[in-house]
Formats: sequence, C-alpha cells, structure tokens
Amino acid sequence: MSARDIEGPPDTAANLSGRSYPFGEIAFRAILMLAVAIVLGILIGLFVELSLRSRQSFSANGWSFLWTSTWDPVHEVFGILPFFYGTLFTAVSAMILATLLGVGVALFLVELSPRIVARPVGFMVEMLAAIPSVVYGLWGIFVLAPWLRRNVEVPLHDHFGGVPLFSGYPIGIGYLAAIAVLTVMVLPTVAAVSRDVIAAVPQSQREAALAIGATRWEMIRIAVLPFARSGIVGASILGLARGVGETLAVAMVIGASPNITLSLFDPGYTMAAVIANEFAEATTDLYRSTLIEVGLVLFLVTLLINIVARLLVWRVTGGERSGGALL
Amino acid sequence: MRSLIWLAAVVAVLPLLLVLFYVVSQGLPALRLSLFTEGPRPLGQQGGGVKPAIVGSLIMVGVGALAGTPIAVLTGVYVREYAGARSAIVVRFLIDVLAGVPAIIVGLFIYGLIVVPMGGFSALAGAIALAVILIPGVARVTDEMLALVPGSVREASYALGVPRWRTVVQVVLPAALNGVITGVVLSVARISGEAAPLIFTALGNSVTSTALRQPMDALPLRIWLYASGPYTVWHQQAWAASLVLVGLVLCFALILRVLFRRPDLS
Repeated sequence: MSARDIEGPPDTAANLSGRSYPFGEIAFRAILMLAVAIVLGILIGLFVELSLRSRQSFSANGWSFLWTSTWDPVHEVFGILPFFYGTLFTAVSAMILATLLGVGVALFLVELSPRIVARPVGFMVEMLAAIPSVVYGLWGIFVLAPWLRRNVEVPLHDHFGGVPLFSGYPIGIGYLAAIAVLTVMVLPTVAAVSRDVIAAVPQSQREAALAIGATRWEMIRIAVLPFARSGIVGASILGLARGVGETLAVAMVIGASPNITLSLFDPGYTMAAVIANEFAEATTDLYRSTLIEVGLVLFLVTLLINIVARLLVWRVTGGERSGGALL
Repeated sequence: MRSLIWLAAVVAVLPLLLVLFYVVSQGLPALRLSLFTEGPRPLGQQGGGVKPAIVGSLIMVGVGALAGTPIAVLTGVYVREYAGARSAIVVRFLIDVLAGVPAIIVGLFIYGLIVVPMGGFSALAGAIALAVILIPGVARVTDEMLALVPGSVREASYALGVPRWRTVVQVVLPAALNGVITGVVLSVARISGEAAPLIFTALGNSVTSTALRQPMDALPLRIWLYASGPYTVWHQQAWAASLVLVGLVLCFALILRVLFRRPDLS
C-alpha cells in the first residue's frame, strides 16, 4: 500500500505523450539517487578501506594470523585467536541468555500481560538500548563486577572450583562480567524483534488451539512458538551480531588479557575491545595495520551474522522490516 | 510457566532500574556547577569539570546530525516512494547491513578515510563518523513513517495535477513529519552516547575547542577515559558526566514519547 502501487500522473502523462520527465522530477530523482549512492558508497568504502589498510598486516602476518594465539606487539608477533575466541564466547553466551529472557519478555508483552503493564514494561526494555555503552561499562566496573565477585564468583569457586567453568580466580572483572553486561545490552534487540515476530502469528492459530481445549500455555507451546520459531532464531542472531560488535562496555569489564579459557572468571579480550584499547597507542605501521585487519575480520563476521539474521526475520514477517523499536 | 514469563519480564526490567539508580546516586553528589563551566584540572587537584566534553559533544553531534539526516531521509524517501519492488528490497537490505556495522569499525573506516589524509585527528572526522552511524536508523524510520501515509493522500494530490516529486515533498513528507522527527531525535540521542567511533577520529581534548580541524572532546569519550583511570576524582566525575548524558538521552525519549505517540507496535 505504498506509493509504488499508485501510478503518478507525471509518469503516465509523460509516457503517453512520449515526452521525457519534467525538469523538477529529474532533479528530484537525481538528488534521491545521490543519497542512495552515498549510502552504498559508505558500505563499499568501508570494505575497500579496511582491506587496503590491512594489506601490510596480511603480507607480514599471513593466514596464520587467524589461528595463532600469540599477541606480542613489541616483537610484532600477531595472532588473533584469543580475541576471536573471546568475542564468540561472550557474544554467544550473551545471545543464549538474552534469547531466554527476550522471548520471555516478548511472550509477556504479547500473550500474557494486561495492557496497562505491557506499555511501561515494553518502554523500559526499549530504554535499555538507550543507555550509552560507556555508562554500562562504568556501572559494570564499579557496581556489577564487585557484586558478581562477592555473591557469585567466590561462592561458586569455593564449592565448585573443580569444574573448569568456575576454576579461575574470582576477581570480578572477566568473562562473566562481560557476558552479564552484554546480555543486558543485547536484550532489547532480541525482545523487540521477538515481540514483532510473535505478534505476527495469525490470531486464527491461537483460536484454533484454544478451541481444541488447550490452556494458554499449551496454546503458546503448540500454536505460537512453532510458528514464530525461525523469526525468534533470527532475533537471537541479530542479538549475536550486536554482541559481537559491542565495544566499550565489554572493553571495560573483560579485563583486557588475551586468554583462551573455559573459565568464566578469567579475564579475556575481544576483537572490538583490542581495537578500542590499542589502536590509538599503536606505535608502528604494522601494528596499526594489524589492528585494522582485526577490524576487517570483525566486519566480515558481523556482516555474515547480520545477513543470516535478516533473512530469517524477513521470512517470518514477510519482507516488512522488524524490530520496530529504533533504539 | 506463567510465573516464569513474569519472572523474565521482571529480570529484564531490573537492569535499567539498577543502572539508573547507580547513575543518579553516584552522579548526583558530584554534580556541581563547575562540572559545566570548567575544564579538567591537572591530576592531584580537586574540582574541575567536563566543559570541553559537553561543548565538543554538542558540536560533533550537531554537525553529524546535520550531515547525516538529509542523506538518510532522502534514502528513506527513495526506498518507499520511488524504488521499484526489487531495488527497494536491495536498498533496504543495504541499510540494514549498514545498521549492523559495529561503531568501532566505523571509527576505523573514518580514520583511514579522513584522519590519515588530513594528517591528524579532528572534530570533523568524529562528526562524520557519527553521521555514518545515524544514517541507517533515520533512513529506516523515514521509510516506515512514509509507509503509514495513506495512498489516498497521494492520489488526492495527483488528482490536483501536482507532479510526483512535489507530492512527495509537499504532501507526503509533511504528513509523515512527526514520525520522521521522532526518529531523528532518537538517533541523535543514540549517537550522543557513542564513544567507540570517536576514539581515533576526534581523539579527545582537555581544553575547550570549537575548531573542526582540531581534536575535540566528547562526553562519552571523557567517561571512558575517567572510568579506566585509577583516581577517585575521575570516577566521581565519570558518574556525574554519565548522569548528564543519560539524563539527556532519557529526557529526549520521554518527551518524544509524550509529544508524538508513535503508532503502537505491541
């Protein structure tokens, strides 16, 4: 039901009489195309720029850059495996937690809650996305990490120290804190898209389930969730993309130490965080170029994740964009 | 099961309340007039403020929004009003991809595109990085808001013999204006909280600067710097600066929510 469906008079008139478009029309179209060209140019420019500037790193570090784990800027030995691992470990964990929470919130908003509660809750979850990353980081360093250390890490370490997950030394700053902060930051994305996807489930599905005697929960389980499944998967992958790219909040609470470990308590590092922390201080050209190559890898990873997620969400919502909340 | 879903809703809302609580309770004691009127003092001295950061944020966010908004709105207009079915899908997809690019990568891109050729860090580079981050959000909102304008409005305009482009500019866009403005303001609120794209574009500055070709400070940059440092004075000011930043962002969001009710999505 957009403008496209309506044939405007200038087009028809021009086409019938064989004349070309009037000047204003041509000029306006040119301006629009220019804007689109700029957006396209930004995307292409991003890729070209990052590729060109990481050439030096590529020729010096080669492919083994991707799977070696020594990061020694002083001797210019670079391997990004620990950063890659840290990025995926934190983002995937946060995605799983945020999906559980986010689908819960979405079901709450669409299926369960009285309208008077749904509005403020929806608003507050949206507002989670409005808090700047650095503020989450600040809160993470001074409030969350000490709290986690006292109330979660120390008890777990004392009782289950033998389990690899809890074997690290509990210092508060580390993977667990990063995952917790990321979960909160990713939640609004997952919740907003899940809500749209669940709301898109046809009412007749629900009515059919209720008509054969399902309780409300059974109705959600047999009629709503299966219908929304691939959209929810898309929502959580969108959350994954956001988590992978999140920079400062993670940089502030993860401990900045390249570390491949299963322990939740150990400090780690992510690709985005290492760029943020070290780029401004990178002293040699090769070091700087290497960090840009880290950026290129990160760019390609988020690109891939985003494309998969969009396709999944689009399939459910039928081409219309989802995740209506802007922030 | 029902209680589990209620629990999820409570757990989801809790972090916002906690963050707000700490930002207010930690930030309020350090919120003095000098925060807005003075620059950072040398280490070891008490007092001082974040004036360079406040001025810098205003300038860079302003320039970024002015540069990005027209491009974004025009892109949104193209997608909804002019593009054929296939190119609409392609451009929409590109906008989504751009929205998914991490802010830190945008910073790297602008570093290579502007900082290196210009020979130094500058507020201009920071503003452009912010513009790049603003564009996809505003383009998307414009697209969505134009979709809400009924086709009959366009038909009425055509029936009066108004050309297509003037219909878009003088009839359709004004009808969608409230929604577009809301989107712009929310995007502006979002970019004013971004520090990642500014680290190696605008760099930061401890004296108040208004020159676009010089390094410039910004509130989120200052918070990042202060939070990573070991000094209590810095931490206090980081909390106070966070209070200012969060207060601004939430005020924007709340006022808009009341002024222009967006179509209810839930």
